[in-house]
Parts: sequence; C-alpha cells; structure tokens
Amino acid sequence: MKVLVPVKRVIDYNVKARVKPDQTGVDLANVKMSMNPFCEIAVEEAVRLKEKGVATEVVAVSIGPAQAQETLRTALAMGADRAILVQTSDDLEPLAVAKVLKALVGKESPDLVVMGKQAIDGDNNATGQMLATLLDWPQATFASALEVSGSKAKVTREVDGGLQTLEVDLPAVVTADLRLNEPRYASLPNIMKAKKKELAVEELASLGVDTAPRLKVVKVTEPSKRTAGVKVETAADLVSKLKTEAGVL
Amino acid sequence: MAVLVIADHDNASLKDNTEKTVTAALKLSGDVDVLVAGQGCKAVADAAAKITGVRKVLLAESAELGEGLAESMEALVVPLMANYDAVLTPATSQGKNFSPRIAAKLDVAQISEIVDVVDGSTFVRPIYAGNALETVQSADAKKVITVRATSFKAAADGGSAKVETIAAPAKPAKTHFVDQKLVKSARPELTGAKIVVSGGRAMGSAEEFQKVIEPLADKLGAAVGASRAAVDAGYAPNDYQVGQTGKVVAPELYIAIGISGAIQHLAGMKDSKVIVAINKDADAPIFQVADYGLVADYKAAVPELMSALAAAGK
Ligand SMILES: Cc1cc2nc3c(=O)[nH]c(=O)nc-3n(C[C@H](O)[C@H](O)[C@H](O)COP(=O)(O)OP(=O)(O)OC[C@H]3O[C@@H](n4cnc5c(N)ncnc54)[C@H](O)[C@@H]3O)c2cc1C
Ligand SMILES: Cc1cc2nc3c(=O)[nH]c(=O)nc-3n(C[C@H](O)[C@H](O)[C@H](O)COP(=O)(O)OP(=O)(O)OC[C@H]3O[C@@H](n4cnc5c(N)ncnc54)[C@H](O)[C@@H]3O)c2cc1C
Repeated sequence: MKVLVPVKRVIDYNVKARVKPDQTGVDLANVKMSMNPFCEIAVEEAVRLKEKGVATEVVAVSIGPAQAQETLRTALAMGADRAILVQTSDDLEPLAVAKVLKALVGKESPDLVVMGKQAIDGDNNATGQMLATLLDWPQATFASALEVSGSKAKVTREVDGGLQTLEVDLPAVVTADLRLNEPRYASLPNIMKAKKKELAVEELASLGVDTAPRLKVVKVTEPSKRTAGVKVETAADLVSKLKTEAGVL
Repeated sequence: MAVLVIADHDNASLKDNTEKTVTAALKLSGDVDVLVAGQGCKAVADAAAKITGVRKVLLAESAELGEGLAESMEALVVPLMANYDAVLTPATSQGKNFSPRIAAKLDVAQISEIVDVVDGSTFVRPIYAGNALETVQSADAKKVITVRATSFKAAADGGSAKVETIAAPAKPAKTHFVDQKLVKSARPELTGAKIVVSGGRAMGSAEEFQKVIEPLADKLGAAVGASRAAVDAGYAPNDYQVGQTGKVVAPELYIAIGISGAIQHLAGMKDSKVIVAINKDADAPIFQVADYGLVADYKAAVPELMSALAAAGK
C-alpha cells in the first residue's frame, strides 16, 4: 500500500506572526519556518503504517517555494521514502492545492492520502476535504485514531460533542488531528540518510492545473490588542471586582 | 441575492450558532433560508422557522444526515445551490467537515471562518491563529462561507417561516458510520456560554480537573473548557479544547486556571469580554490579556473563590 503525505512549510508555531506595516500580509522575512505541526502528525502516522508493515511506500509532497525542500527533507528524515516538490512562488489557495494534489494522485496512484487537518498560517481547514471531493474518494477528517485493514480504514474522528468512528473504503483521504500521535524527532543518522533519498522537483506549470486565485487579499490588518488589566490580591477581591466593576456576575 | 444558512443542531435542539449565522447572512441579503439536515429533527426546523428574518426553512431527513456524513451533506446542498448565491455554515467541526466539499464541487474558494461581512463579496477572516485579520474579496459567482459564530449577535426570535420538506440524497457508497461517543452534559454549550471556566496542565489529573474546575463551573452556571495540554494528558475530553485548533469562545467571562496562555490558546478566547487568570507564575503570558489576574496556587485560590462566590450569593 502506498501512502501520499502532503506537507506544508509554514511559520514555526512558536513564532508570533506580525502584520506588515503596509497591510499587504504577514512579515515572513527572517522568520523561522517549519513543517506545519499537523503535517508532522500526518507524516508520523504514515511512517508508523510502514513500520507496522501496512504501508509499503510513503511519499511526501509539498507545493511551495524551493525552500520547501527543507520541509520535505524533514519528512524524509522522519521516515518517508521519497519526496516531490511542486515548485511555485505563488501562494495557492486550498482549492488550487487540492487540484495540484489531485494531479499528483493521478500520477502516483496512492491507496491513502494522510494530511494535516489545518495549516497554522492560512487556518483554512479545507484542503483535505476538497481533495476528497475532487477525487470522489471518501474522507475521514480530524482523525485521532487510524486503523487500516485490507481495503478499509477505520477512523476515529474528533467531532463537536466527542468522538465519531467511520469506516471508509480505500483509497481515501484522512486528515490528522492533534491527538492522532506524537511525532518523533528525526535522529541525526536519519537526517544524514535523508539527504540521499530521492527528492524530485517539478514546476507547477508543468502539471497544467488551473491554480488562479479566487480570492483577492484586500488587506491584512492587526486585530485590536487587549491590554493587561490589574492584579487582584485575593479571591474575594476578584469576586467583588467582577460584580461591581465588570458587571459579569 | 438569496442566501442559504445551514443550521447547527444535534437533531434535538437548534444551536445558537444558527441564529448568529443568520445575522451574518442578513448582512448579505434579505432573502435568507435555513436548511435543517438530520434525522428526527422536525422540532429543530420549527425552531429555525421562528428566527426573525428567515424566509423559509428546508428540512431534509435521513440516517446519514443524522450521522452528519460529509458526503451526504454535500450531495444534499450542491443541487440546492442552483437557487442560492451564497451558503453560510457555522464553523463547527461539523461545518468544517462538509463545507469545503460544497466549495470544491462548485469549483469555488471557501471563505473560512469569517468574523465580519464588509459587502456582498468582501469578508474579514482571522489567519495565523488570529494574529492577523485578512480582508478578502471573492471573484466567484457563488460564495461558500463558514462563519465564526461568536463574532455575530444572535438573530432574535419572532418570525414564522414555512417549513418545506425536501428529499434526502442517496446513502454514500464508500463511507460507513460505525459509532459515536458523545459527551453528555447538563452544562451550557461551550461556544455559546456566557461564562467559561477552563483548566490547564496544572490540574495534573482528570480527578483533579473534575474536583476543581467542574464545581466552580457549576456554581457559575458556566461551560467547561481546557487547554490542549489538559486534553492531551487526558484530564478533559477532546471537545473541551479551546484554541486555534479547538473551539473558539467569546463569553462575557472567561476564567483560565493553571493555563499559561500560549498563542494557540489565546487564539480561542481572546475575544472574551472579561478574562480572569489564576496562575502561580506572575510572568505567565496569560496575564498579558487578563483583565483580572490572581497570582496564586489554584489549590488555595479556587476554594477561596468558591466561598467568596457563596458569600456573594452565588
Ligand atoms: C508567504 C506566504 C504568504 C501568504 N499569504 C496569504 C494571505 O495573505 N492570504 C491567504 O489566504 N493565503 C496566504 N498564503 C497562502 C496560505 O497560507 C495557504 O497556503 C492557503 O490559504 C492554503 O490554506 P491552508 O494552508 O490554510 O490550508 P489547510 O486546508 O488549512 O491545509 C490543510 C492541509 O493541506 C495540506 N497543504 C496545504 N497547503 C499545502 C501545500 N502548499 N503543499 C502541500 N500540502 C499542503 C497540508 O497537509 C495541510 O496540513 C500565503 C502563503 C505564503 C507562503
Ligand atoms: C499545532 C498546535 C496547535 C495547538 N492548538 C492549541 C489549542 O487549540 N488550544 C490550546 O490550549 N493549546 C494549543 N496548542 C498547545 C499550546 O502551544 C500549549 O502547549 C498549551 O496551550 C499549554 O497548555 P497549558 O497552558 O495548560 O500548559 P502549560 O503551558 O504547561 O501551563 C501550565 C500553567 O499552569 C501554571 N501552574 C502550574 N501549577 C499551578 C498551580 N498549582 N496553581 C496555579 N497555576 C499553576 C503554570 O505556571 C503554567 O503557567 C497547540 C500547539 C500546536 C503546536
């Protein structure tokens, strides 16, 4: 069984994003970039499927600038077998990313796509669902447990009131939630080994996919800031302030 | 322009995310219909018919719609879109699960988690864990939108729209519902509650979480929330998680106990009207957004708070 794992290079989750003064976007110059945390979880899950003997090959793919090769090397160091970069300097919207991934699925014919539920920059939480729709594959989003047996996958999902379990026929798209697993750190020997693994680079244009943006960014602004309030000395103080000053009790 | 709002409900009752999403929809158009899809949910449709400003309620029922299968929701909504220019869904887990499918099928962008409507094609949405607000203009003929309900006031009751039953789509072939374990609670819904009491990693165990956070919440008639660390550690169920990748809340009062205030947590609660933090570390980042901070060990502070509330008649 072959597993395809789309991974995205994003601002590191520890870094607070700053809006550019000209309101054209977020300042990413000299900012630490990393693999999107949900994509790390997806890679980990795919590698575990391989370690269990369920998957035979794990292919990581990213759509982005040349620097996204670093992200793919991280995936390879975690245990992916090979990687594909679809290179572009454009910022693609989820629908465009899903269309590019569909084209890659056509070439690679995976049995399963495991990806992050959400990228922590765009925060769209949309790409996996769109990919499943375009492929007419079943989807199981926000997975906190994944069990593959034969031509089916059983997926436990984090839903509004608790947990839901679905069984989907393969091939399928699964998106990873936080509690699916705890991703490993790549060891130094594995980082070295990853340098020798295959990383193919393809130009976005060569795929012939329509990735024209549908949304125009008018501006990006800073949200109104909260300021620190006061410290209270005792719980009784707190209650009296909440009652009389804030009026929320 | 006609707009379809997809109701949030649990087959038994309508959630106020729906009324809030209707408010967003009314900013786009005066012709707003509500779709109630589920099973055994006629009462929900009747409740939706009472929302002021709603033109008509569509009711579709089947087992798969009741289970909330994304494939079924898409198959139901996409043909309806022949009659609508926009579809708005509350950005719950359920909404986030199926709405992108509608967008992909219609070959349009999804405009995710809007917090404001500027005009018929221009919307504001948070990105980067709410550290930036993006104003986007859509060039698509049909708009597929998810709505951050906490950013809109609930439309009032007072309407009397007609409820029209429509056919449910065929069962999806490749997705099968196995089971569902929902947390039952008599407490208010986390995303709509007036008061939220949240506990963090400091609780140290599920027993402690239940002993400290829950009685305080019950005294205040509050919903219970948690940080990711508390959920990961198994102190609280997953649907309690507040934050960038959990639930977004904006209550009148948010009380954070033993929570440090990571960016991802703040993303889910910083629009609360009043924030209270109880933390033993005076430098915890949560104090930078708290209106009232109590630097104390929660083990002493929470019992004191319980008695102070009792003394104040709570
Ligand atoms: C420098 C820069 C600036 C940007 N500025 C903006 C902006 O101002 N406004 C805006 O709307 N967008 C902007 N984008 C694009 C935006 O960050 C997202 O790429 C886009 O909106 C996709 O949404 P998402 O990542 O939130 O998707 P989600 O649906 O949240 O992503 C879910 C999953 O899809 C997969 N995935 C997503 N993208 C890729 C990819 N490229 N390669 C491989 N897998 C992927 C991953 O598995 C990910 O976990 C910018 C991007 C860059 C690089
Ligand atoms: C991709 C991604 C998504 C995430 N999404 C979310 C999200 O949606 N929501 C979320 O909450 N987090 C999220 N996180 C995690 C986030 O980064 C933090 O790790 C998490 O919020 C920390 O939880 P905490 O504040 O409970 O724990 P800690 O940061 O460990 O803080 C515990 C606090 O308790 C205090 N304390 C300890 N003992 C006591 C005592 N006896 N009395 C009083 N105070 C005490 C300490 O001083 C400390 O400040 C995400 C992280 C990633 C990478």
